[in-house]
Amino acid sequence: MTLNLTRRATLAAALTGAMALSLGPVRAADDTIKVGVLHSLSGTMAISETTLKDTMLFLIEEQNKKGGLLGKKLEAVVVDPASDWPLFAEKARELVSVNKVAAVFGCWTSVSRKSVLPVFEELNSILFYPVQYEGEESQRNVFYTGAAPNQQAIPAVDYLMNEEGVERWVLAGTDYVYPRTTNKILEQYLKDKGVAAEDIMINYTPFGHSDWQTIVSDIKAFGSAGKKTAVVSTINGDANVPFYKELGNQGISATDIPVVAFSVGEEELAGIDTGPLVGHLAAWNYFQSVDTPENQAFIDKWRAFTGNDKRVTNDPMEAHVIGFNLWVQAVEKAGTTDTDAVLEAIVGLETPNLTGGIAKMLPNHHVTKPVLIGEIQDDGQFDVVWETEGTVPGDAWSDFLPESKMIEADWTAPINCGNYNTETKACGGGS
Amino acid sequence: MSAIRLAISMIAALLLLAAAAPSMAQTDPLQALVRALPKGGYGDREKVILELAATGDARVAKVLDALGRGDLYAVKDSAAVVTATGRGSTMDTADPLSGETLGKMDKGALDRIRVNNRLRRAIDSAVGQLTLMGGSPAMRLAAARSMLKTADPDSIEVLDKAIAAESDTAARIAMEEARAAAVLKSAAPLADKVAAVDTLVARGDREALALLTGARGDASAELLPAIGAGIATIEDRLAFWSAMQNVWYGLSLGSVLLLAAIGLAITFGVMGVINMAHGEIVMLGAYTTFAVQEVIRNSFPGLFDYSLAIALPLAFLVTGAAGIAIERGIIRWLYGRPLETLLATWGLSLILQQAVRTIFGPNNREVGNPSWMSGAFELWGLSITWNRLWIVVFALIVFAVLLAVLNRTPLGLQMRAVTQNRRMASSMGIRTPWVDALTFGLGSGIAGIAGVALSQIDNVSPNLGQSYIIDSFMVVVFGGVGNLWGTLVGALTLGVANKFLEPYAGAVLGKILILVFIILFIQRRPRGLFALKGRAVDA
Repeated sequence: MTLNLTRRATLAAALTGAMALSLGPVRAADDTIKVGVLHSLSGTMAISETTLKDTMLFLIEEQNKKGGLLGKKLEAVVVDPASDWPLFAEKARELVSVNKVAAVFGCWTSVSRKSVLPVFEELNSILFYPVQYEGEESQRNVFYTGAAPNQQAIPAVDYLMNEEGVERWVLAGTDYVYPRTTNKILEQYLKDKGVAAEDIMINYTPFGHSDWQTIVSDIKAFGSAGKKTAVVSTINGDANVPFYKELGNQGISATDIPVVAFSVGEEELAGIDTGPLVGHLAAWNYFQSVDTPENQAFIDKWRAFTGNDKRVTNDPMEAHVIGFNLWVQAVEKAGTTDTDAVLEAIVGLETPNLTGGIAKMLPNHHVTKPVLIGEIQDDGQFDVVWETEGTVPGDAWSDFLPESKMIEADWTAPINCGNYNTETKACGGGS
Repeated sequence: MSAIRLAISMIAALLLLAAAAPSMAQTDPLQALVRALPKGGYGDREKVILELAATGDARVAKVLDALGRGDLYAVKDSAAVVTATGRGSTMDTADPLSGETLGKMDKGALDRIRVNNRLRRAIDSAVGQLTLMGGSPAMRLAAARSMLKTADPDSIEVLDKAIAAESDTAARIAMEEARAAAVLKSAAPLADKVAAVDTLVARGDREALALLTGARGDASAELLPAIGAGIATIEDRLAFWSAMQNVWYGLSLGSVLLLAAIGLAITFGVMGVINMAHGEIVMLGAYTTFAVQEVIRNSFPGLFDYSLAIALPLAFLVTGAAGIAIERGIIRWLYGRPLETLLATWGLSLILQQAVRTIFGPNNREVGNPSWMSGAFELWGLSITWNRLWIVVFALIVFAVLLAVLNRTPLGLQMRAVTQNRRMASSMGIRTPWVDALTFGLGSGIAGIAGVALSQIDNVSPNLGQSYIIDSFMVVVFGGVGNLWGTLVGALTLGVANKFLEPYAGAVLGKILILVFIILFIQRRPRGLFALKGRAVDA
């Protein structure tokens, strides 16, 4: 009997506990607004995504210092999808339906974004995606605060062509969707500009490729045809270090064959001795070295927050800053965190970016960004050598590919469509 | 009252003087050109650089050199241009032409004069022209080489003078080649151009090929056959050397595979433990190198070139101890249960990865190359990078030492005895558990020093091990389990095969083809290249 009673008591206690646990978030949801942070903190992508998680915590703390949002405090809900693509979808579902977050900031790789798209569509929630990507996509529930190809790749190629007089091109990339799509767009763009097919060399390597000897010597050979040659690199994070080391060791300097990279930022350079890389280029929409009061204030606050006065900032961080500020404004404008109201309110909103310009949310859910070309310096920073005049509006569907030329994205009435075919005047033109 | 007026007028006079000084200096044409540097875009700056070079003034080389290094600054609220050095908020400034120091200035008051690659090239060639006559033989050689790249027809005269005065053979040859390159672009008579083609063909490398191919575009009909023949000659020579180069790349990749796999050849090959955490042991070795370099950087910067020598024994001890701990703590309970071992060590690999990620952070850590491991040298037609050469040498040394330990030492004898017949060895008085632990420790220690070598060519990140684990197993299985020679031959074969496939099939497909080949090979010869024979095999 006693035994039985204890057992029952335990059961009751357990039940109460469980109820308290399940009630916890619900009650909390009343006096705080929850923001989901969906970045890998373990596995391969932790190298890039951990910083973005810290950025979100920083932004939320800053907002709370200003008094929160709609009179409520913001609360970050951090989950770890562990660089595992299907897990991204599960964790996204958990954030939206269990934790009831108002919006999610997250993902890095295109494949992780693709894996969460159906979740956000089904549960009608909002995702802010902060990384430069290959384009050819626009989804109602997603805001792309990183660069589309026309905000990074195309201006970089223009710079090399016009300022450095490059006539021969090596398109080198890691073998996955972002480099393949970007290179497809670039190849078409170069051909449209009159570059002959034999002056374009395309090369793909596996993730984490570390033996670059053959490829670098191929590039050297390709570059010795008497025409100025440049490498356009969409090589993914980790494989870059051995690539640049091999370039340095084989004596290819930036004055011979410059490399312009789309995935190498301050964070990646932190792991390399940048001495031999001086002069190689990167194209981004933000550099830590940009000398504006907004940027300096941001860097100072960020370093104070992380307690590390050497901590670097990078482009996807700025994208999160822009995305977060736009979301805050939209919620204030709509007076609610309700998805439909925020989606309605956010288009057309503007916020200052960190480089002295204005980021405006466009109807295609991309933002306007300046394009900066920076040269690597010996201190691991970039020195801006060229920038666009004003900002460039992000184009979801590339105008340089025949199959997406006539597709536009417009999430405002009356079109309200992510792939509107301007020729047939119907929604559903793209893939 | 009058005293104050006097003071004011004196200050005014001083100010006037100060204002007049730069305008007086501006009468120096060089000064005016230097002051024009910050203005306009890169195109304007390039013109100024060319004008500066055209003055032929010896002081120009110094100014341009500072510009190329990014040490030249414009003072924001005056027209002055200064060289500024030093980090931090104030910088030491000096006059770029006279070198006279101008004291410290606030960084905010200075604007760096930006250069890009096009300007760096212009600067290199301008400095080249200026230093061609003076400086050490090495400087003249470098100057001639940079002029070969620009091949500017206007430089022929300068080169002629320099060649006549040159005493150093290497520098003279380089100058003659630079001259030939310039002649090809100039309006020189046909005979001169044919001679120039011959000079370049004698050089016979990629750069010569590039120059000839470039010249083919606008060559006259009479010159075309000479250039065509020259290109064909160089291409033939390069084809041979590129095959040789491929062999070298293959050996180099093979040596990396050998290093990664050789520890596994002990733990998996000799002991039969499927150790999925092998890659993470390699990673621990690489992080030991990082830790050693970090200490050296902070406390003993002079020792940096010896950092690898210090890291090697430390890495061996750290990873060897880790290996013994793993064997005693986990693996010894799982002998004879390969599936459980596989799962346990795989779990261990995840734990080690995340532990390193938590301690050192998820980002790459910078492991520097000592000076003797940077750069490349030319051997006949081969370009060999120092870091790869040392890794090949190191891999072979490690292999030889390990072979000696296994075959010539009591420990090696006991190891072989235990793996061949555990019960008999035990009956002979060998403490088999102790030998097991030491064997595993040895294999792990070797993996650790492989990590030291790999830190020189790869990222030092928590993911380092993952990229080598598949390759390591591939090499050991292909070479034949339990045979060190098999591992050596297997690693080198796979390396060379991979490098010969890569140019044709690409890196991605090349790797797939290698895997397919190994699958087929293992079907024919399940025990690998060098199969152990005799009763031990089934034990």
